[in-house]
Amino acid sequence: MTSAVITPELALPASFWTRERKTGAVLVALGLVASVWFTLASPSSPATFYLGTSTQSGANFEIDGKIGCLVFGLIALAAGAILLATGKHYGLLVSISLAAFVLSALIWQVSTVHGSVPLGSLSTITMEASLPLIFGALAGVMCERSGVVNVAIEGQLLTGAFFAALFGTIAGSYWAALGAAAIGGALISLILAWLAIRFLVDQVVIGIVLNTFALGLTGFFYEQVMRTDTEAYNNPGGLPHWTIPGLSKIPIVGPAIFSGTLLTYVALALVVVLTIALFRTRWGLRTRAVGEHPAAADTVGIKVLGLRYVNVLVAGLIAGFGGAYFSMVTATSFTKNITGGLGFIALAAMIFGRWNPVGAFLAAVFFGFAKALSSLLQALQSPIPSEFLAMLPYIATIFAVAGLVGRVRAPAADGKPYVKG
Amino acid sequence: MTSPDNEPEAMASSPDKSLSQPESGRPYYMQEIKPGKHRAGKTFWQTLREEFYADNSFTVTLAAIVLALFLGGVLMIIGDANVRAQWGYFFYQPLTTLEASWDLVSQAYTDMFKGSIVDPEVLRYWYWNLPMPSGNIPTWQTALRPLSETLTNAAPLVFTGLAVAIPFRAGLFNIGGQGQAIMGAIGGGTVGLALSLPAALHIPLAILAGALLGGFWGYVVGLLKAKTGAHEVIVTIMLNYIALYFLIWYIRQSFADEPTRSDLISKPAKETALFPKIFDDSLRVNLGIVLAILAAAGVAWMLKRGTFGFELRAVGYNPNAASTAGIKVGATLALTMALAGALAGLGGTTMVLGTAQNLTGEVVGQIGFNGILVALLGRVKPWGVVGAALLFGALQAGGAAMQTFSGISNELVTVIQAMIVIFVAAPLLVKAIFRLRRSPVAAAQAALAKG
Repeated sequence: MTSAVITPELALPASFWTRERKTGAVLVALGLVASVWFTLASPSSPATFYLGTSTQSGANFEIDGKIGCLVFGLIALAAGAILLATGKHYGLLVSISLAAFVLSALIWQVSTVHGSVPLGSLSTITMEASLPLIFGALAGVMCERSGVVNVAIEGQLLTGAFFAALFGTIAGSYWAALGAAAIGGALISLILAWLAIRFLVDQVVIGIVLNTFALGLTGFFYEQVMRTDTEAYNNPGGLPHWTIPGLSKIPIVGPAIFSGTLLTYVALALVVVLTIALFRTRWGLRTRAVGEHPAAADTVGIKVLGLRYVNVLVAGLIAGFGGAYFSMVTATSFTKNITGGLGFIALAAMIFGRWNPVGAFLAAVFFGFAKALSSLLQALQSPIPSEFLAMLPYIATIFAVAGLVGRVRAPAADGKPYVKG
Repeated sequence: MTSPDNEPEAMASSPDKSLSQPESGRPYYMQEIKPGKHRAGKTFWQTLREEFYADNSFTVTLAAIVLALFLGGVLMIIGDANVRAQWGYFFYQPLTTLEASWDLVSQAYTDMFKGSIVDPEVLRYWYWNLPMPSGNIPTWQTALRPLSETLTNAAPLVFTGLAVAIPFRAGLFNIGGQGQAIMGAIGGGTVGLALSLPAALHIPLAILAGALLGGFWGYVVGLLKAKTGAHEVIVTIMLNYIALYFLIWYIRQSFADEPTRSDLISKPAKETALFPKIFDDSLRVNLGIVLAILAAAGVAWMLKRGTFGFELRAVGYNPNAASTAGIKVGATLALTMALAGALAGLGGTTMVLGTAQNLTGEVVGQIGFNGILVALLGRVKPWGVVGAALLFGALQAGGAAMQTFSGISNELVTVIQAMIVIFVAAPLLVKAIFRLRRSPVAAAQAALAKG
């Protein structure tokens, strides 16, 4: 049979330099940097890692600077090399390689100053820093999965923080504060949904303008009302800290996950609930259908616009609820522009997490870790400027959308208004 | 996410199909036009009168401004403790309540006008050469100060507005004006503080550095968009923050840091690099506004008559068709963003060398984000941007005066600006609120454009 000779590979020779192999080459380079430069630069003094939140006592282990840098550098190098050679197991190998690279860098920095790192605190700070990002990113997922772009996350968080402080103080209860925060976020959502769905205004445009609107509105009432009588209008107090006995003693991650305010537990629960809801329920199927192909969804009787309204409003509730973090967890009062652009990092986390609740959660934790790392290195007086570490989430997001680290794809109908007929 | 509509007017398309049908059932271009008279037998003045109360862009913009100012007044009333308390007695003393509210709002807007356009009192005292109640005889500088403040505020907004408007015409939504302005401020500021040159060389060099650095920051976006399809909205948002952190790091470096200050501030730019004042050294208005108007004129010419402007608009209308016609779409996108970045960079340079003199963390203020609002309000047309920037400049200058004299927070201006743009972006909403008729001229133009 002559036709059997022509195999598909021969007919269409695939390029050797696939995206996976290119990434592998970059990782090999990073591994080389770690195993050569970091190893040579670091002294052979030990870096101490404590498992708990204290650097005075408790279980700890020491890693010699040179050995630690070399070991993790070689792991990074090996994972990159495997990816370069095979082009398979992309996600796993990239994660291993990058994690090893970061650890190598961390050991280098810590051993240089003979420092010690409380891993428990590091994970606690990571969790706390990622909380608003988790809420914001989940709100983004809710909206965008049904085809409405939500650039107004920043505005929703800010309004939530403002409402929490104002109504929490007036009502004198943190439950009221949390409820008001959710409603505050939903109000911004309502404007977004109304203008985007009813009046077909460009969703990115209206999102951007709504952020400015929320910034001005909360800033105005902060100056006019809250500043004139702080006791009466801007004194919500902090959220109580709840620690789950036993579980919070788990080394490293225990204090982060099982000790915190209500927001911590709600955030973790929301990730699970939203994942199940989005991929295992009728509502989820309909939401995804509306986000990918609204006309088809409409044909089978799904109310496209109604579903979009509901999803955008619920997203506002989520983001607004998370906004309470700013005025009741990290601080005990509201100040002007208290969110400081974290809503945009939440947007980045959503994209980095590929419009998926779990992905968004992991991305948010990654961004939170970058923040925790930058404050840790600052505390250790590391020569790496903290500003460059603070840039990390943004640079990572640019790489993500440029398709250099995995391809990201938005829901097909994202941002497109649906007009029946 | 979609790219913004390429048609500037079509920020919202009509959901109501019946609106686009002329009343007679026939399109305008098929209707009989009587000789010697304007369309459908109306005189010019009839058309003008009808046109004024119709949904053309002028009326919608005016209505949006009126609506935003009205809602701003409502916010003032809610925000004022005394007047708010008075509303509790509304049914007991309705007239007193309304009077108190009116006094508050009218006083605030009067202060705003005095702070941004002209104070009639000062003008009168100056004209008759009389001493003010404070004892001083006002000079012409005092009389011109409000306008000077308005123009000073407007200059960077023209630049950042153009930086949003030009990519919009090419189908790109540039949220990165802030970052590009920051990079421009770094470029202009560095040349200003680090070099020692005569003014004739120093200013052009600083401007060039600002434009180049801002342009580079925009070019990155265009390049990524062209090469990888990375969405420009996301990339620009991220680059804004990267630029901000870079600025914060940059100011701390030994050659830029002001040694006598512990806060985040650089050395001042040298005298020779500062933009010269236009009227008088006591008035802040400077070379920046002249450059801004020139830039707007240049952009207007380029978009209408220039080859690159044609290519840019062609890519904006339909990239595939443009590509078929031999236009290099990727290169056009990258160049468009570089041009936009350069303009925003000039905005940042104007902030440093026109007014601020030192680099600080907030040296460019919010000009990048306000530039988005300015561009949308100006309907992404160069002269529209100039008009919108003047309005925003006046609002900001007036807001500062309002804060000083009426004690109402300047933040109100941000809200008013955002509301104006929300209403302009949702013309159907404004039309419904004011019950505007359908514009006959716009309908005729639309029919011609489609035909």
